[in-house]
Amino acid sequence: MLKLLARPNLATGGAIVLIAILVAVFAPLIAPHDPITDANLMFAETAPDADFLMGTDEQGRDIFSRIVYGARIALTIGLLVELMNTIIGVALGVSAGYFGGWWDEFVQGLTNVMLAVPTIVFALALMAVLGPGILSLLIALGMTDWAYSCRISRAQVLTMKSRPFVQAARTMGYGPVHIMARELLPNIAGPLVVVATMGIGSAIMAEASLSFLGLGVVPPAPSWGSMLARAREQLIVAPWVAVFPGLAIFFTVLGFNLLGDGLRDLLDPQGRSKR
Amino acid sequence: MTEAEPVLRLQDLKVHYPVRLGHGFGKSMLRAVDGVSLDIGRGECLGLVGESGCGKSSLAQAVMGLVPVSSGRIALNGREDWGADRLARARMVQMVFQDPFSSLNPRQSIGQSLGGPLKLHGVTNRSEREDRVATMLRKVGLNPDAAGRHPHEFSGGQRQRIAIARALIVEPQLVVCDEPVSALDVSIRAQIINLLLELKDELGVALLMISHDLGVVEHMSDRIAVMYLGRIVEEGDWRKIFTAPAHPYTRTLIASIPDPARPDAGWERLRGEAPSALAPPAGCAFHPRCAQAFGACRAGGVPEFTGLADDHRARCHLLTEGASR
Repeated sequence: MLKLLARPNLATGGAIVLIAILVAVFAPLIAPHDPITDANLMFAETAPDADFLMGTDEQGRDIFSRIVYGARIALTIGLLVELMNTIIGVALGVSAGYFGGWWDEFVQGLTNVMLAVPTIVFALALMAVLGPGILSLLIALGMTDWAYSCRISRAQVLTMKSRPFVQAARTMGYGPVHIMARELLPNIAGPLVVVATMGIGSAIMAEASLSFLGLGVVPPAPSWGSMLARAREQLIVAPWVAVFPGLAIFFTVLGFNLLGDGLRDLLDPQGRSKR
Repeated sequence: MTEAEPVLRLQDLKVHYPVRLGHGFGKSMLRAVDGVSLDIGRGECLGLVGESGCGKSSLAQAVMGLVPVSSGRIALNGREDWGADRLARARMVQMVFQDPFSSLNPRQSIGQSLGGPLKLHGVTNRSEREDRVATMLRKVGLNPDAAGRHPHEFSGGQRQRIAIARALIVEPQLVVCDEPVSALDVSIRAQIINLLLELKDELGVALLMISHDLGVVEHMSDRIAVMYLGRIVEEGDWRKIFTAPAHPYTRTLIASIPDPARPDAGWERLRGEAPSALAPPAGCAFHPRCAQAFGACRAGGVPEFTGLADDHRARCHLLTEGASR
């Protein structure tokens, strides 16, 4: 425990992420009302009180319950999107670094294109083609934000592939797939975990943004982003409708970023003094 | 494949690297290995000696197939073209690397590092693999329970023993040792050298022992080849190399071995630094540092080998024209 206190980023980030995960998993036990069907216009836009901890929205649904269930959507999409991004980025980056040559040039060119166009614009374009919905949201975000894991895995492989143990594997007769998956990948996993953790945060952010624009999770599903979008119009009359989903996004993304930061400090002790 | 077929035969091997020059214009060729011919017989130990940058590591990497060969031939057991048959090639020749701290995968246990290759090479039975790993660990002087531990739990000397065990586990006929003791404490070196010698006698494996220190290969080599700037300058039976070195470079190397028991033959110590392999001196590449250099050394082209005895030859103008000087 003392060790954790010495690493405030890791401790705070880990705690927030842990809470978010617990909330998502035990949502039915925590939420006092059903997030979708418990609509009652009699209670529309009630200010926070004992029954509605965070007030109600314009249809009289309990905002606290919607946020609790929203954590499921946010975390699921965040994890799946980042998983896809990491797989694509690592596969491209590791193979580019290992094989070099025209493949490396091609992958690097692709990475530069992905970095030049903002992820959200790319995702918007894809969403426009695929149409709204969770599945197209997953595809759109999962295929557009892999540039960083690609860059980092490529750079790591470049420094790692001339190590004698990799050469030893080659002289032992191992093929490139084994060398990349078993010799290189386990030794470059540290930095990739950091990138992926922070990537979950930005994926949650991207999901909220797209849902805010009405392209992601379709109402009435309780997505934080679409809750914000609906709350916009009542910002002055019923500020709680906007404030609480906003805080949920803020703290979750902050949690993943702090956790990523903390993991970086943990995995790369030399880099700490520079920050 | 006849009995007389050498385990390794290099014929006019050349390894050249294109190097971009510092100012960014044009490319130049670094002639790391420039026409080396060598034979290593069965169970024989050849010591390859030379300064840093003379191309001995490039030669080792070329033999291992880790760098492309520019020209010349590498025949292992008489076979040159291994094509896609990398497993058969791996069972022919293995390598022990210089740095025992980076030659083992830090994420794999010793059992995985040694057992994995066995699985790759067709030992499908798990308990047979474990047996063979344990036997090999015992052979290199380690406790078999080392199999469950990771490389960071071992000292440099122990890791080099593990690296040797890994090289030998697929029962190769030749092991290339690239400076296997230069990263180790002096007190450990003799142990590793003795281990290699014992294993060579016990398993009948041939060794290509690469070192910058003639003193290291002195005790274990049957034959010695001295390399300077990409070429072999003297080659022969170890006794002849040590008692009657013919090339001035070999003499300076012997003179630089600290050994109170060796009578000072009055040979020159080595001066200066090796010239760049990007722009080797004309004529005999050693002439700028040679105390006995004369006209032919600068103008007479690269000296050819002169046979001195059955198994002793050297490339030096002194041996051909020196007599008439």
